[in-house]
Amino acid sequence: MHSEYSYDLIVVGGGSGGLACSKEAAEQGLTVALLDFVKPTPLGCSWGLGGTCVNVGCIPKKLMHQASLLGESIHDASHYGWEINENCSHSWEKMKDNVQNHIGSINFGYRVQLRDRKVKYLNAYGTLVDPHTIKAVDRRGKETLLTAKNFVISSGCRPRYPDIPGAKEHCVTSDDLFSLEKCPGKTLVIGASYVALECAGFLAGLGLDVTVMVRSILLRGFDQDMAERVGKYMKDIGIKFIRPAVPLSVEAITMNDGKKVLNVNYTMLDNGNKAQDKFDTVLLAIGRDPCTVNIGLDNAGVVVEKNGYIKTVNEQTNVPSIYGIGDILYDKPELTPVAIHAGRLLAKRLSGVSTQQCDYDSIPTTIFTPLEYSCCGLSEEVAIEKLGDDVEVYHAQFMPLEWTIPHRDENSCYLKLICNKRDQERVIGIHILGPNSGEVMQGFATAMKCGATKAHFDDTVGIHPTNAEWFTTLRITRRSGQDVKVTGC
Amino acid sequence: MIKILPLDQISQITVFNYWQLNSIRIVSATPLFTMGKDSSICYTAHFDLVVIGGGSGGLACAKEASTLGKKVAIVDHVEPTVHGTTWGLGGTCVNVGCIPKKLMHQAALLGQSLQDARHYGWQLPSSSYEHSWETLRDGVRNYIKSLNWGYRVQLKNKKIDYLNGKGTFLSRHEIKVDLKSGNNYVIAVGGRPRIPNNIPGAREYAISSDDLFSLDKAPGKVLIIGAGYIALECAGFLSGIGCDTSIMARSICLRSFDQDMVSLITENMEEEGISFIRKSQPLRMSKTTGDKIEVEYENTETGLKSIGLYDNVMFAVGRDPTTASLNLNVANVKIHPESKKILAENEQTTCPNIYAIGDVLHGKPELTPVAIHAGRLLARRLCNVSSTQMDYAQIPTTIFTPLEYGCIGISEAKAEELYFKENIEVYHAFYLPLEYAITQRVCKQCYVKAVCLKSDNERIIGLHFLGPNAGEVIQGFATAMKCGVTYDQVVNTIGIHPTCAEEVVKLRISRSSGEDPTVTGC
Repeated sequence: MHSEYSYDLIVVGGGSGGLACSKEAAEQGLTVALLDFVKPTPLGCSWGLGGTCVNVGCIPKKLMHQASLLGESIHDASHYGWEINENCSHSWEKMKDNVQNHIGSINFGYRVQLRDRKVKYLNAYGTLVDPHTIKAVDRRGKETLLTAKNFVISSGCRPRYPDIPGAKEHCVTSDDLFSLEKCPGKTLVIGASYVALECAGFLAGLGLDVTVMVRSILLRGFDQDMAERVGKYMKDIGIKFIRPAVPLSVEAITMNDGKKVLNVNYTMLDNGNKAQDKFDTVLLAIGRDPCTVNIGLDNAGVVVEKNGYIKTVNEQTNVPSIYGIGDILYDKPELTPVAIHAGRLLAKRLSGVSTQQCDYDSIPTTIFTPLEYSCCGLSEEVAIEKLGDDVEVYHAQFMPLEWTIPHRDENSCYLKLICNKRDQERVIGIHILGPNSGEVMQGFATAMKCGATKAHFDDTVGIHPTNAEWFTTLRITRRSGQDVKVTGC
Repeated sequence: MIKILPLDQISQITVFNYWQLNSIRIVSATPLFTMGKDSSICYTAHFDLVVIGGGSGGLACAKEASTLGKKVAIVDHVEPTVHGTTWGLGGTCVNVGCIPKKLMHQAALLGQSLQDARHYGWQLPSSSYEHSWETLRDGVRNYIKSLNWGYRVQLKNKKIDYLNGKGTFLSRHEIKVDLKSGNNYVIAVGGRPRIPNNIPGAREYAISSDDLFSLDKAPGKVLIIGAGYIALECAGFLSGIGCDTSIMARSICLRSFDQDMVSLITENMEEEGISFIRKSQPLRMSKTTGDKIEVEYENTETGLKSIGLYDNVMFAVGRDPTTASLNLNVANVKIHPESKKILAENEQTTCPNIYAIGDVLHGKPELTPVAIHAGRLLARRLCNVSSTQMDYAQIPTTIFTPLEYGCIGISEAKAEELYFKENIEVYHAFYLPLEYAITQRVCKQCYVKAVCLKSDNERIIGLHFLGPNAGEVIQGFATAMKCGVTYDQVVNTIGIHPTCAEEVVKLRISRSSGEDPTVTGC
């Protein structure tokens, strides 16, 4: 312990990365303080300790996705013999309340954990004064000055608003969505990020009329073949797409019957035509910006990129006492487990018990759209860019067994392995679109880490009947041009 | 000249391109007929490969060999059960195994989903629902029929001769199904459920998994006798669709599996309402005037006798290989004296031109993908395009009990036996799937453990996962194990959030630390 500073480590931001880092550091014997503060949304929404993932990200998203999947299960159940009326309505309020209760229990759980591990928690907004000093301001405006040997900035991101009339006044973002008092009703989702598609997906699954407005491509940065398949499935289940288009303005109007709706003016980018449409809710999901403005980084001399992200080397910024983890990092995946992993390893290095760095390579991820898309490693386009003709793609369409009795579509689910012919057909990209694709992908991500080749996959005996086993029997290459339609065992 | 074979020498033959002559129908791409002096039809043909048994292994082997250019015939026959149940092409897995089992398991899971749905806001009228057995049975049956048909179309397209008949060896080069002959034979006849013949009433009144999936009436109150995965899986889905279900086990459940995991599975099943009648065995069965089956059984420890009344009693006490009718002696194919299964080395039996794959093999796992994999590799060796042998080590499997159990490698007990306790490190965790959070489901059995070999860099030698979608979770780790994955490599894989599978890569607590393995939060 260093008595010249109040703490060995101060963590700014109590989300996935910040919590993991502070808990690990305390466990390793450092004195740690954690600052967490949520600036309310333009519509006044706020939340407790835990960051985006717990409050307005992964957790409520997955639970609402589950609610929409259960809607599908209700439909399937009658085919499996259950005597129920399939036409079942959904109560937004009941779902929202149960989800919020669960989140509340997690917020509480974290505060108990911090207390148990003797991490000093301040519900205060932190602003750096210099490389070793931070000013913390709580809700009531009370200021405290704290000093630390090292800082970890893990302040994360918040949704971006477009610069159009009515955006902040009338639109909601994912920050507001999961605690909306009333059912969103007829919804327009503006954006084509995974946040946009996941939200559009579960809202439609709950029975709502959903439209997605896309400026150009879906899921920028992801494999575009897979992205279009994701979009096609969403279309097949009734989600409308307006593309390519951008919104011009959003205005609140009162209809003849007294009902308040939002009128959205937009323009089609292919022909320049302008149009408008009315919605109960407009959800903006066009991107997220790092919370690196107004936290005093310039006072400490930390260099921040124009887009707000921070470049680091082994998570260390240009200022030796200041580190960064999680969504604010330049060119690193914005994912909870990445932040957690990096945070823990950083804490171990700062405490001197380890020198292990975080490996940001081949990180698996899942998009929880109505039909889930999971991937690890390279997209097909990037692989071809890097390796040209040395890329071999093995692929197949498949039909989950559970879809047979309810007669669901045969040709929606799909998977592919991207292999490097130059290197014993080493698997450099894995993609699957299908039910429970996150559960499927996890183990294969480990296999990739071990350097698995196509032969390893082929040598693996399948577990029957599952969707995952399709990865062990892939034979048709894209190069061959052969049909990959579903045929049977 | 056309020779008509006496009908008692031919089982029913089903055909695509067929000729009908006096009630004999023959299928072939290139038929050859001879007629005997007594005006009988004799169908003879020569094949590179004759596969006996049209199940998972047989079909895979035949299709692969045909793709590689060989002339292949498949001989498939289903001996009806005591109650007359029979089925089409595809073997156990398709007709009375994996496929109907998983579909009925899904029906049970959907029942649970209906319970969960109300907590997620769905306005469902009541908290308990009726289930129609007939709707489920018919839906499953229709799908199976489509598979039967699909296989027959595939065989036709690949020009594989299909004979729906019983094959019996006449010599090492000839079998009798209309006197086929071939260079090589692959025996892939699988097994059938065992019904004890020393229990009065068992044969008359009890059923097996062969009959279960196509029962005329809803199963009602069911007693399942047995403690293997078939017994537990069937009990699981029957209970899930609303049947009052009991399991009678003579001793331990799931004998060859990790007993730690097994006790969690049975604990979960008991919590779901399934009764376990342990340390007991049936003595006799009879029908009551009310058309129920009366079972007298005794506790093997105390000797206490009891009586139970059930609508259906199902035996799931093991499966026996279908080797009896093959007349293997004449072809010099040896079987194991106890298991009666075929002895083979690299799938080659004691007769050089006769091979065996699948459930009929002694000492190998009885699993569809094993049979398929081995069948394909065998075909490739027989066609001389490859010399790769089947690797029977580290085969992943999943038991589709209400809470699914996926595993690969060895149990903790086996690891300690082979390598000694000091050389083993076990990392484990109890977790709760996120989706259970807002239902009122209390589930304390979701659990994962990795058994690692300390002396080999903590290489993972056993991975055990109990939870939803266990098969999907385990499959990828099976590939990792083929690469010799270590504990370090597992925990340095970034997790996918939020999933159950990520609990594997989050394993931190070792058994030796004595710490509470309950996962608390992100």
